[in-house]
Amino acid sequence: MSNTILKKENIDTIETQKKTEPVLMVSHLYKSFGDNKVLIDFNLKLNKGENVVVLGKSGSGKSVLIKCIIGLLLPDEGEIHVLGENVVEQTSSSLDKIRAKIGFLFQSNALYDSMTVRENLEFPLRRHWIKNNPDEVNQLVQQALEDVGLGYTIDMMPVELSGGMRKRIALARTLILKPEIILYDEPTTGLDPITGKEIIRLMIHIKEKYNTSSLIISHDMNCVKLAADRIIILLEGKCYAEGDYETLRKDKDAKVIQFFE
Amino acid sequence: MPVSTSTKNLLNEVGGISSFAGRFFSQWYKPRYEIAEFFRQCYVIGYKSLPLVGLTGFIMGLVLTMQLRPTMVDYGVESQIPAIVGIAIIREIGPVLTALIFAGKIGSSIGAELGSMKVTEQIDAMEVSGTNPFKYLVVSRVLAATCMLPVLTVMSDAISLYGSYLGVNIRGTTSFSLFWIQVFESLDFYDVIPAFIKTYFFGFAVGLIGCYKGYFSSKGTEGVGRSANSAVVVSSILIFIIDLLAVQITDVLGYN
Ligand SMILES: Nc1ncnc2c1ncn2[C@@H]1O[C@H](COP(=O)(O)OP(=O)(O)O)[C@@H](O)[C@H]1O
Ligand SMILES: [Mg+2]
Repeated sequence: MSNTILKKENIDTIETQKKTEPVLMVSHLYKSFGDNKVLIDFNLKLNKGENVVVLGKSGSGKSVLIKCIIGLLLPDEGEIHVLGENVVEQTSSSLDKIRAKIGFLFQSNALYDSMTVRENLEFPLRRHWIKNNPDEVNQLVQQALEDVGLGYTIDMMPVELSGGMRKRIALARTLILKPEIILYDEPTTGLDPITGKEIIRLMIHIKEKYNTSSLIISHDMNCVKLAADRIIILLEGKCYAEGDYETLRKDKDAKVIQFFE
Repeated sequence: MPVSTSTKNLLNEVGGISSFAGRFFSQWYKPRYEIAEFFRQCYVIGYKSLPLVGLTGFIMGLVLTMQLRPTMVDYGVESQIPAIVGIAIIREIGPVLTALIFAGKIGSSIGAELGSMKVTEQIDAMEVSGTNPFKYLVVSRVLAATCMLPVLTVMSDAISLYGSYLGVNIRGTTSFSLFWIQVFESLDFYDVIPAFIKTYFFGFAVGLIGCYKGYFSSKGTEGVGRSANSAVVVSSILIFIIDLLAVQITDVLGYN
């Protein structure tokens, strides 16, 4: 009897541990370009199923941070653990394996201009050696396009699409690998407020459907209000303040308040 | 001092291109081989420049013949026109002209294509999608340019000589077969081979510089334009430098 109770407790603690174990952890990150010190001892934790928004002014190093996480930039110092593995000290092939589990939505969408929507979506599947069977590939492509509500664009070229549609297609390309973590680089910048809101709703929908964790970089208050479970303010290269929307909005510090005005 | 900064810029450029070339040589033979992309680029690069290369070659052959004629008539060696034109086209004009057209057409389009891929983060997107963008984009294009320019040059030479044949026949007549016999009699192995070999280097230079300029394009649409423009300028200059070196080498080896 006592044995079973103990077992159940054990399972509970393991489960809570699993829940709180961060899928992404950035610790003591430093990055500078020449004399331009962009990140100075930056720390961040992203838990499973959480939406964290990193808020910062333009040029504060938000993109640099996210590019360090995915291994496009090499930090000067610090550690970045993604799903338990340190990104900083990987060989290129093991880095590819980690990258396959992370979705990255680029600020400029980064759709391949010379390829159709279908080829754009197939690219990560084929290149990561994940799927080669044409039927399966086709099905995944259709599924991803339906997730973003743009099934009919499958044979179009990116130039034929509007800004909001491109963003959705880029999101579909990110989703196709069924990532555990999605990194969004300013997902609403450059879009009109209504389209921006649609994208945010889509992001929330996707998070619920696939139970992903997301790190969202933004300075759009709409996005912050709707999507953020937790907010981190990136200022002067550091994690300057942290908390949920209501707490930070009532903060006394002028440097924090400026984001909420 | 302005002189020292421009010297510094030049040295920076040379250093940048050299290390880019070094990266190419250290990667091109290693897997993963982007064979499909290589063939696609061969098709795009070769096919795109064929009409232009053919047209300019034809005009060059025709014009050269017509302009040589009066002098040749004065000296009474009119019958030597096919031989002279043949040597001029095969050894120098064909390779260099084709390479310059190729630089204008392909160098700029590679520079602009990779430049816009760079500024819209497409190159980064490839990298996070399990692809080495250097191999996928640069190695395939450089190899395709290196392989296609010699083919284009041979075609251009042939079209050029045909233009010259028409030029000969505007005044006076030479039969088609006699014209070609005269051309080929004037040429020997050492005229053709060095000229052919140097076209590989021209093609390599155009591909490499186009990729280099695009790959390190600066942000913004202006940066893309600048990449395309300087890809043409730098690769054209390189073509002449390679031409100069090639003639020195063949001279030293006694192939002239
Ligand atoms: N590849 C790079 N080389 C040099 N400086 C860079 C590079 N990338 C970013 N920076 C610098 O880092 C700073 C932060 O840039 P970024 O992260 O793009 O800002 P944002 O927060 O708007 O995304 C800027 O001052 C920028 O000039
Ligand atoms: Mg940015």
